[in-house]
Amino acid sequence: MSPRITLATGLRVLQQIRHDPRTIALLLLVPALLLTLMKYVFESEPRVFQQIGAPLCGLFPFIVMFLVTSITMLRERTTGTLERLMTLPMSKLDLLLGYALAFGLLAAAQALVICLVGFGLLGLNAPHGVLIIVGLAVLNALLGMSLGLLVSAFANTEFQAVQFMPAFIFPQLLLCGLFVARDQMAPLLEAVSWVMPFTWAYDALARAVSPQPLSGRVAVDAAVVLAVTIGSLIFGAMTLRRRTA
Amino acid sequence: MTATPAISIRDLRVSRGGNLVLPDISVEIEKGSVTGLLGPSGCGKTTLMRSIVGVQIVAGGTVEVLGRPAGSSDLRNRVGYVTQAPSVYGDLSVGENLDYFARVVGVSPERVAETIETVGLSGFTGRLVSSLSGGQRARVSLASALLNKPDLLVLDEPTVGLDPLLRAELWKTFHELAESGTTLLVSSHVMDEAGACDHLILIRDGRLLRHTTPEALRRETGENDLGRAFLKVIESDEEAA
Ligand SMILES: Nc1ncnc2c1ncn2[C@@H]1O[C@H](COP(=O)(O)OP(=O)(O)OP(=O)(O)O)[C@@H](O)[C@H]1O
Ligand SMILES: [Mg+2]
Repeated sequence: MSPRITLATGLRVLQQIRHDPRTIALLLLVPALLLTLMKYVFESEPRVFQQIGAPLCGLFPFIVMFLVTSITMLRERTTGTLERLMTLPMSKLDLLLGYALAFGLLAAAQALVICLVGFGLLGLNAPHGVLIIVGLAVLNALLGMSLGLLVSAFANTEFQAVQFMPAFIFPQLLLCGLFVARDQMAPLLEAVSWVMPFTWAYDALARAVSPQPLSGRVAVDAAVVLAVTIGSLIFGAMTLRRRTA
Repeated sequence: MTATPAISIRDLRVSRGGNLVLPDISVEIEKGSVTGLLGPSGCGKTTLMRSIVGVQIVAGGTVEVLGRPAGSSDLRNRVGYVTQAPSVYGDLSVGENLDYFARVVGVSPERVAETIETVGLSGFTGRLVSSLSGGQRARVSLASALLNKPDLLVLDEPTVGLDPLLRAELWKTFHELAESGTTLLVSSHVMDEAGACDHLILIRDGRLLRHTTPEALRRETGENDLGRAFLKVIESDEEAA
């Protein structure tokens, strides 16, 4: 591993995105627009908006980075640049950490925009400050990124990669407790929800936006998210093969 | 030859997608020369090159490169590989692509300008690669392998789609590199490029037909035109079979 190569890779990914202003605009604006839409959908029920909208500010980056990373990595595979990189003096971790660097920064920008809009303009409450939500959002984005890298190994085309989003993300979104409290689900589903990383990501956010005093559970949640991120990065590194058939 | 060869392949066997692409090939390539790898489409040139740079899963045999097993991590600084399809980032400019690869292999930024010049793309540094022509894109891909002056350069059809003038210039560059000690293995479809090689490896259906030189091939077949000479070799090979 080499910090020089990791940094160069992060910079390269950011440069690629810089050449694509439409993607930047979509990345930064779409979550904020959806949140605004939600506010008016729930106009007569501001409590529901707070309950769903506030944690969503920190969950959006997870979903977006999952998609963006799986497509970026797939492109790296299909255009042959991955094969070239694997013949160069570069460790797989350099590549993955470079991605983490670039997408982490991007996620921070996205989280800042959505939090400014949500907590500044749309009247959501952040009793413990916005910073913790931005921090959790970046952590969740890195989780989304590492899972995206992992699943991209199982996709041969961009069509397949896009399908992983409903297949992989929607069930987690439904089971995480955002829409229905987990203890009200069928017992089997509640049990399943414990092993889904999204559940822990949501739990941390739900605590961060609730008026109750912060407990150590937020740190536990964050630690689980971090552990799953590192675990899937390691798995992701194993799916990057220097030799192929 | 007493010096160790740059590439030494023994009984190499490669299957791809259930097909035995290279059944059993053995060949050695000496240092500091330009060797042409020639053969019909689908005969296994790319597969052989992938085995040499160590990205191909092989079923048997050994491939040694610069005295080390192919694909060893300490070879990654010393072996440059240009894939048949240009493998560069279309959404980066020419300069950004080369800056990135220069940082990865750890060479100074000045090398970037030099290599851009070598492949005749000065003036295109700021252009997005996706906006370039096929031949220009191939040259960006070639340039990124020239950055760190590797000991062995494996080039898969680097001159496809280029005009004769540029092709001649690149071949001059290849020979200059070889004179400075680099070993080059260059695949081609075009038999008129075979004349520019020091050595020729002719392959057909994954089998080594000849490891020869242009003069020896002409002498053997009595044909001055290397394209026809190759056809003659194939014919005599079929008669023998
Ligand atoms: N990924 C793959 N899976 C299965 N078979 C493959 C794969 N790649 C190549 N082959 C087969 O292996 C054989 C050799 O392919 P290879 O790419 O090495 O040929 P080539 O000599 O480089 O051809 P060309 O001059 O057209 O580039 C071909 O018959 C091809 O169909
Ligand atoms: Mg080929």
